Amino acid sequence: MTDRLKKILLGEQGLVVIFVVAFALVSALVPNFLTDRNMLGLLQSVVTVGIVACTMMFCLAARDFDLSVGSIVAFAGMVAVMASNATGSILLGLLAAIACGAFVGFINGVVIAKFRINALITTLATMQIVRGLALIASDGRAVGINSPDFYQLALSKLLGIPTPIWVLAVLFGIFGFVLNRTVFGKNTLAIGGNPEASRLAGVNVDRTRIWIFTLQGVVCGIAGILLASRITSGQPNAAVGLELSVISACVLGGVSLAGGRATMSGVIVGVLIMGIAENAMNLLNIPAFYQYIVRGVILLLAVLLDNLRSSALGRR
Amino acid sequence: MSFLDFSRITKTYPGVKALSDVSFGVDKGAVHGLMGENGAGKSTLIKILSGDQLADAGEISIEGKVQAYASTRDAFDNGVIVIHQELQLVPELTVAENLSLGRFPASAGIIARARMLDDVGAKLKSAGIDIDMRRKVKTLSIGERQMVEIAKAIMLDARVIALDEPTSSLSSRESEILFALIDRLRGEGKVIIYVSHRLDEVFRLCDSLTVLRDGKLAAHHISLKDVTRDQVVAEMVGREISDIWGFRPRKAGDIRLKIEALSGAKLRTPANFEARAGEIVGFFGLIGAGRSELMRLVFGADPRSGGAITVDGKGIHATDPHGAIRAGVVLCSEDRKHDGIIQGRSIEENINISSRRHHTRFGVLNRASEIATAETFIKKLKVRTPSRKQDIINLSGGNQQKVILGRWLSEQGVRVLIVDEPTRGIDVGAKSEIYELLYQLAEDGMAIVVVSSELPEVMGICDRILVMCGGRISAELNRNQFAEKAILAAALPDKKTPDAIAS
Ligand SMILES: Nc1ncnc2c1ncn2[C@@H]1O[C@H](COP(=O)(O)OP(=O)(O)OP(=O)(O)O)[C@@H](O)[C@H]1O
Ligand SMILES: [Mg+2]
Repeated sequence: MTDRLKKILLGEQGLVVIFVVAFALVSALVPNFLTDRNMLGLLQSVVTVGIVACTMMFCLAARDFDLSVGSIVAFAGMVAVMASNATGSILLGLLAAIACGAFVGFINGVVIAKFRINALITTLATMQIVRGLALIASDGRAVGINSPDFYQLALSKLLGIPTPIWVLAVLFGIFGFVLNRTVFGKNTLAIGGNPEASRLAGVNVDRTRIWIFTLQGVVCGIAGILLASRITSGQPNAAVGLELSVISACVLGGVSLAGGRATMSGVIVGVLIMGIAENAMNLLNIPAFYQYIVRGVILLLAVLLDNLRSSALGRR
Repeated sequence: MSFLDFSRITKTYPGVKALSDVSFGVDKGAVHGLMGENGAGKSTLIKILSGDQLADAGEISIEGKVQAYASTRDAFDNGVIVIHQELQLVPELTVAENLSLGRFPASAGIIARARMLDDVGAKLKSAGIDIDMRRKVKTLSIGERQMVEIAKAIMLDARVIALDEPTSSLSSRESEILFALIDRLRGEGKVIIYVSHRLDEVFRLCDSLTVLRDGKLAAHHISLKDVTRDQVVAEMVGREISDIWGFRPRKAGDIRLKIEALSGAKLRTPANFEARAGEIVGFFGLIGAGRSELMRLVFGADPRSGGAITVDGKGIHATDPHGAIRAGVVLCSEDRKHDGIIQGRSIEENINISSRRHHTRFGVLNRASEIATAETFIKKLKVRTPSRKQDIINLSGGNQQKVILGRWLSEQGVRVLIVDEPTRGIDVGAKSEIYELLYQLAEDGMAIVVVSSELPEVMGICDRILVMCGGRISAELNRNQFAEKAILAAALPDKKTPDAIAS
């Protein structure tokens, strides 16, 4: 019996099993958890983390790291609001935000891939530079949105489900496909597995890495726009610490920091587990200070589980 | 009952029966050979002996006492030392530190450096190993690292020493030093288990021999006196192999690859050579002669500082592997672990990584063709695996090598195929199949360059041999001129007697 249990928990789908069990437990034990309203609220609360996790997954899978995502999200949000206020066109504002995100990501990628600077250091630097830019652009204050249409991005619904959740679902689908079914995705995983062997197998390693960071920037742009719309303003201090939540969710989802291992389904589960934990704690009125501890413990447990899983495969 | 007894050892991995019911014994003061095809279970048996893996059933006993190790450290403490197929030293530490790791002479936690150097120095000297112990391991050649591993066994006063394919990356001179060392250890009454695919070595070194096939004991010879090589081969592969080279003459066509005055940071002397369509050109030399460096320049793996590469009359200007592959030049590198396998990914992905670009549309994979390619080469090269989805790291050493070969053999439009030590770690049966594949590719018009440190191999399968020495091409011989003496003489830098290193 315990052997069977061990096999299930440490197997391929172990995380999914844990997720289902946790979900059932929380549904049964926490009042008001399993309601339509709360479920939508939960999903909305993970939109930013979930969207950014899509490309962070690629970053980690290629043995890289991106700490600048929180800053890019805030900056892109600012740009979206300020540009649409200035031009009077929301579309132009959105394009500007995505372009800015892509630009920052591209710079990250070029510095890391071409100048061979450690990704941790590079993105630590851009994280601060970009945050600084956001603060300078707004003089440190929130910038209100002029056009009410901008709010609609976050408020509008399709089939009763808010647009941001649809965006999240579509991105999950797209990046899951890209990871498993395209040359780009396979090359990303190969680079993470063994960069030198990938280069010798004809993979254009530098170009792939630049693309990964650029995509990360684009996706942060999208997340920034949705966040600005939801909080009805461009906030230079938005999304502080986002990079840690996103990386936690990915690791929770079985993405290896040593590279070469990642699945979209894992990341989705990781994002949801984080969301459920937070949501349940809010419903139970657990003070924010304790929530930090719980989140840390969950992350540690997930990493331990992952470790157990690999050693179970190695020595039996 | 012998000194070391394996009794009914069984081990299963998911989908693979690696060992079933293997029993045999080894006497004191004997070198015991362990042979078998790739994936037969040799390394697994050694890993169980070293406490690295747990057997599902069966036991190992030394002097009648059943051994149960919880870890490799435990095995160390019981005098069992294993030198694995993939070496395990810490690159950033010095030789002396590596040899003292886990047992640093120290007072109050501070390493007594002088005592450490004294201890290590004395042992190295008595073993006849000539390596500067202050050097960091990462600066050593593979052969030197192997020596350090063996020194580790001597340092620990081991009772049982197991070596898993120790000579696969040694030069013949280094091998000789190793053999002398093994002979001495035998004299001291140690038990030595020696895994190798090379019959010559096994017959030269071993007193007794066990052959594994598909995880089962296929044969056990207490003495090798009346045993022939053909017999052992038959026991390993289950059939007779009359001529492992199976050479077939071919007609050489036009010049496909032309190298003019090619040089780079690690190869100062400009090199010139050419290879024709349908020709198999061998590059022989001692380790460090510059063969791999030259091939890496041709492939664009290292930047070239001068010279020209022409394929079918068209110059290649690409300076990276990406460009070379598109121009029809591919290289299968010698360092499988570092430059070949992509850990954590499946066999299927490892095979398709390069050739998939011929089947994709707008960057989207063609799953059906990838599966077909993987299955084809798993079958063609007889890769022993439960499924194409198996992580490559779980394959035996020789099977990993086959997968990497499959990666390049599955490429389309290859004009020049360069293989560097293609059969390293591959068993006799699979070797002759790989040679056969090379002949077929040559017959279809490919130019093939084979780099090898095994003289019989280059002499067996090549139409022409180029010998390298000290970074320059020192001789060129056509098949009708092949002679062991002449080739070795050209390979030796200071013209020592060739017999001293004959393999
Ligand atoms: N960790 C593992 N997980 C799954 N299968 C494994 C693992 N390790 C070894 N195997 C399988 O066990 C079998 C025996 O492997 P082993 O490494 O002992 O072969 P070997 O005789 O040393 O071969 P080679 O000559 O190629 O080194 C192989 O089929 C291999 O794929
Ligand atoms: Mg082996």
